[in-house]
Amino acid sequence: MSEADGVGATLAAPAPHDGVILLRDVVKEYPGDPPTRVLHGVDLVVRQGELLAIVGPSGSGKSTLLHIMGTLDRPTAGDVHIAGHDVARLSDRQLSALRSREIGFVFQQFFLLPGMSAADNVADGLLYRGRRLRDRRDRAREALERVGLGHRLDYNTEKLSGGERQRVAIARALVGEPSVVLADEPTGNLDTRSGDALVKLLHELNGDGSTIVVITHDHDVAASLSRQVLLRDGLIEADSGPPARDVGDLGDALPEVAR
Amino acid sequence: MSGTAPAPAVPGRLTGDGAAASPTARLAPSALNIGDLLRVASIGLRSRRLRASLSALGIAIGIAAMVAVLGISESSKANLLQALDRLGTNLLVVEAGGGFIGNQDAALPTTAETMLRRIGPVDEVSSVTSVDATVLRTDLAPSDQTGGITVKAADTELLDTLVGEMADGEWLDQARSGLPVVVLGSVTAERLGITDVGDGVQVWLGAQWFTVIGIMEPLELAPDLDTSAVIGRDIAIAELGAAEAPGTVYLRTDPDEVDDVQAVIAPTANPENPDQVEVTRPSDAIEARAAASNAFTALFLGLGAVALLVGGVGIANVMVISVLERRSEIGLRRALGATRRHVSVQFLSEALLLSAAGGVAGVLLGAAVTAAYDAARGWEIVVPVVGLAGGVAAALVIGAVAGLYPAARAARLAPTDALRTV
Repeated sequence: MSEADGVGATLAAPAPHDGVILLRDVVKEYPGDPPTRVLHGVDLVVRQGELLAIVGPSGSGKSTLLHIMGTLDRPTAGDVHIAGHDVARLSDRQLSALRSREIGFVFQQFFLLPGMSAADNVADGLLYRGRRLRDRRDRAREALERVGLGHRLDYNTEKLSGGERQRVAIARALVGEPSVVLADEPTGNLDTRSGDALVKLLHELNGDGSTIVVITHDHDVAASLSRQVLLRDGLIEADSGPPARDVGDLGDALPEVAR
Repeated sequence: MSGTAPAPAVPGRLTGDGAAASPTARLAPSALNIGDLLRVASIGLRSRRLRASLSALGIAIGIAAMVAVLGISESSKANLLQALDRLGTNLLVVEAGGGFIGNQDAALPTTAETMLRRIGPVDEVSSVTSVDATVLRTDLAPSDQTGGITVKAADTELLDTLVGEMADGEWLDQARSGLPVVVLGSVTAERLGITDVGDGVQVWLGAQWFTVIGIMEPLELAPDLDTSAVIGRDIAIAELGAAEAPGTVYLRTDPDEVDDVQAVIAPTANPENPDQVEVTRPSDAIEARAAASNAFTALFLGLGAVALLVGGVGIANVMVISVLERRSEIGLRRALGATRRHVSVQFLSEALLLSAAGGVAGVLLGAAVTAAYDAARGWEIVVPVVGLAGGVAAALVIGAVAGLYPAARAARLAPTDALRTV
């Protein structure tokens, strides 16, 4: 899994293709009178193998940004490319397919289904991929072992602690080997110890090759990740990642659509 | 944690891979296997058992009512038709009466029976004549307390012609036709308080003692004989002044030519006044009873349908609530890659599972009620397969209709709204 095969060289000289998520001048307005503009033109590139935090106070547009990156919502204007797919060109059905294959979600509230074992919850991460149940369960077991819950496979998730539940949710997000995992306040419902353990787990998973975007209002969590993007009032105020120039280059490499 | 240091990547993913880099790269569509669909659709039912059972119960009651009504009506009809099979539909009853002027004195000619016997397809003929006499338990009872019992004179073939059975004792025979013996109809025996013919019970008939030699079972084709005391024709004519002409003639004809025979009876029995001959077919009455039960069946079916409708509304109600409660599950499923269709099919299937469970339970309950009712009536147990299949089918249709709106509502829910926690 962790075998390097020259990818590092590709990253060293960034090619347009290695952006898992490309956002260019993304604007989001919610209808109203006057319309509420939540995102005011966001440019962002998330590269393969990154572990980055999008941090900002509540009301800064973090959740909206996450929904747009997760193709759960479409931007009012701007380009969104996920794993090489131009979201504007995809139908609702195709977006569903994109989510099932390329994006894993982790939510603050875990959103595990009650009355089901941890393994079955994780296996549901592959439910809409049309794989066979046995195959899904095998992979769910592997994923749970990766997050350190190999001993909780058959536990009903209602009997697990908060930290364990969030690990199950992370295993569910990872089980389909998506291009990127989007985590919305993953430590928001956890105590400090569980939260720290979770951040440690995210680092381990990132070390194994997973691309992870964490949305958080917790600066400590954000500071512990490799890259921080500070969002305020719908604009990126600071980004410890690659220079904006790269974003521009990448943007130029994109086809002109819906501008 | 080394900033943006090169991280070992999952091979083959987005690293210069042409297909992945192309904005038009093909996406394999989301899919949901049928087995998974059933599993997913039953989650809501398994995690909310009481609610699921109660809403399924609504459907079950409606279906059970309809199945039971259909079943009992079918059993009753089957029972009547069996009776018809046993009794035959080829019995015709010829009486004097009717006629243009409603002549009370109309009577069949003495020759009627002989003439009728000559009609080709007529197999059996027997007759009954009213006797102007009373029958009493003892000679001391007041002569006006007859209890509505009439005295009739019959020939010896009557019982066979009417497919009658004896409850006790024997029917009249040629040797005893001229003797003071009597056979009682079932009601007559009851009213006189005679349950068996064991030790030569006698009744006061006319002005002499008659020995009871038999008691008949109820006669379905000639219920008027149930309230009669039947004596031999010979003694009736000789000692009680009965007319020689028959009052009522019973004919058994070739079953295929009943209508033809019916048409020629009147002129044959009474060539001079054919309009004073009335011909009836007792099996018609039984058939009419079978038909009449249909009216009640329709009424009760209607009531069952109302119950079913209420059950359907219950399911729709539960599903709407379920969609409201499970917003986050819907959002999660959309995030996991479910299409709108997957979501709507899930909730539709859930409604179908609910109603199917109710339908199966209802069909079983309805069949049990039918069987119990039939058994209590002593009928052969008839549980109509069409009713059972129809019951389940009706439940499914109701479930589909009830599930459509909630399913559409679930599918319409935007993923972001669904995931927003209240």
